[in-house]
Amino acid sequence: MDNSARSIINILDLSTEELDHLMDLADDIEKNPEKYQDRCQHKQLATLFYEPSTRTRLSFESAMLSLGGQVLGFAGASSSSASKGESVADTISVMSNYVDLIVMRHPKEGAPVVASMHTTVPFINAGDGGHFHPTQTLADLLTIRRTRGSLSGITLGLCGDLKFGRTVHSLIDAMLRYPDNKYILISPTELRIPEYELDKLKAAGVSFQETKSLEEAIPQLDVLYMTRVQKERFFNEEDYLRLKDIYILTPEKLENAKADLAILHPLPRVNEISVAVDKDPRAKYFYQTLCGKQMRMALILYLLGLDK
Amino acid sequence: MNVDGIENGIVLDHIKAGKAMLVYKYLQLDKLDSQVALIQNCSSRKMKRKDIVKISEDLDIDLDVLGYIDSGITVNYIKNGKRVEKKTLSLPETLTNVLKCKNPRCITSIEQELPQVFKIVDRNKALYRCTYCDTIVRNEELS
Repeated sequence: MDNSARSIINILDLSTEELDHLMDLADDIEKNPEKYQDRCQHKQLATLFYEPSTRTRLSFESAMLSLGGQVLGFAGASSSSASKGESVADTISVMSNYVDLIVMRHPKEGAPVVASMHTTVPFINAGDGGHFHPTQTLADLLTIRRTRGSLSGITLGLCGDLKFGRTVHSLIDAMLRYPDNKYILISPTELRIPEYELDKLKAAGVSFQETKSLEEAIPQLDVLYMTRVQKERFFNEEDYLRLKDIYILTPEKLENAKADLAILHPLPRVNEISVAVDKDPRAKYFYQTLCGKQMRMALILYLLGLDK
Repeated sequence: MNVDGIENGIVLDHIKAGKAMLVYKYLQLDKLDSQVALIQNCSSRKMKRKDIVKISEDLDIDLDVLGYIDSGITVNYIKNGKRVEKKTLSLPETLTNVLKCKNPRCITSIEQELPQVFKIVDRNKALYRCTYCDTIVRNEELS
C-alpha cells in the first residue's frame, strides 16, 4: 500500500492484516532493538499538540528518537500559531513542507479529518477530543496479545466511563475483528455505552452483557480495561463529582479474579485503580505504555516505508 | 384562490403541506428578482393537502437541498407554458452547507470557514453524519 500521504485517524483505517503486521513488527523491535535504532536517520517527525498530553506526546517522541529520527513540534495551542488564529489546514500545509511525518492532537473532534485533506506526508491522529485515539488502541491490542497470547477467545471487561471513553469504543471496534471474544460492559446508567456502539456488538453477533457491578463481573474476565471518568468530557461539574469515584479497583475486589487476568488502563489514572494494585502481577497498565511506544515505533516505520 | 400558470420557470409540486416556507428559505428564493408564488394547503388527490412553489425563472436549483427537505417533491420545468421535464427526488448522498453540526466539540465550531459536509448513513430514517466528528443529524431538525 502507498503510505506516502496516508492518514491514520481511526483504528479502523488499518486493516486486520496491517494490525497484525504492526504487532509482529513491535515484537521484533522488542527482540532486536539495535536492528531498528538507525532506521529513521535523517527523518523528522512533527508532534503538533494543541492540548496537553504528556504521555502520548513523549511516547511518540521517544519512539522516533529510538528509531534514530528527529522530532520537532509544540505542546499546547498557546505556543503554536493557533493562538494567532491559524487554521489546522494552514498549519498542516506548512508542516508538510518541513517534516516526513505529522502527529497531531487536537481538542476538537474531526480536526484530523481537516488535516488529512491537506497533508502531503503521512499523518497520525494522536487524539481528537472524545472522538478517536488510534495509537492508544494499538497499545491496548499489543498488550492483550502479549499477555494473553492471542486476540481471540477473550472475555473482555470494560469498566467505568463507557459513554465518553473513546478508547473503549476504539478497542471494541478493533477487537470485533477477532473471533470468539465476549464483552462485559460495566458502567453506571449515566455512562452506559452509546447505542451506536451497542449496535455494532449486536450486528457482529458476539456475546455481550451490560452490568453495573464490577464485583459480579470480575471472576469471568480475562482482561479488565479500566477507564477514568474524565472531567473534561462533562459540561456539569455536579455530574462529574457524583460519578467519578463509582468504580475503584482494589486488591479486595481482585480476590475473586482469575490468576492470569490482565488489568489495563489507558492512563492517566486518578483514583479508579488503587495504588495497592500496582504490585499485583496482573496489573499491566505500566507495561501497556511500553507496548504503546513500540507500536508507535512500528507505525512510524510502516508509514515511512522503513518496516522491511 | 387562483394563481396563474407560468410561461417559463419551475414548479415545485407535491411539497408536504407546511414545508413550502422551508423550501423558500433553503433555496434562498427571497434573493430572486423574478416572481415567486408560494401556495399553501392546496387540495390534492394523493396527499389530501400539499404546498406548491412556482418560480417564473429557469434557475439552477440545488436538488440535493430540496431532496433533503422533502424527497417527495416533484420538480417541473416549464417552457412556453408547457412542462418540458419532470424530476423526482431522493435523499442526497452528501449535503454540503445545508446542515450545521451542533456538536460543540466539532472542529467546525471553531473553524467556521470549513464547509459543513454531511453524508447519509440511513436512508429510511434520513440520518446524516457529520464527516468531521461523526455526529448524527436527523431530518426532523429541518421540520
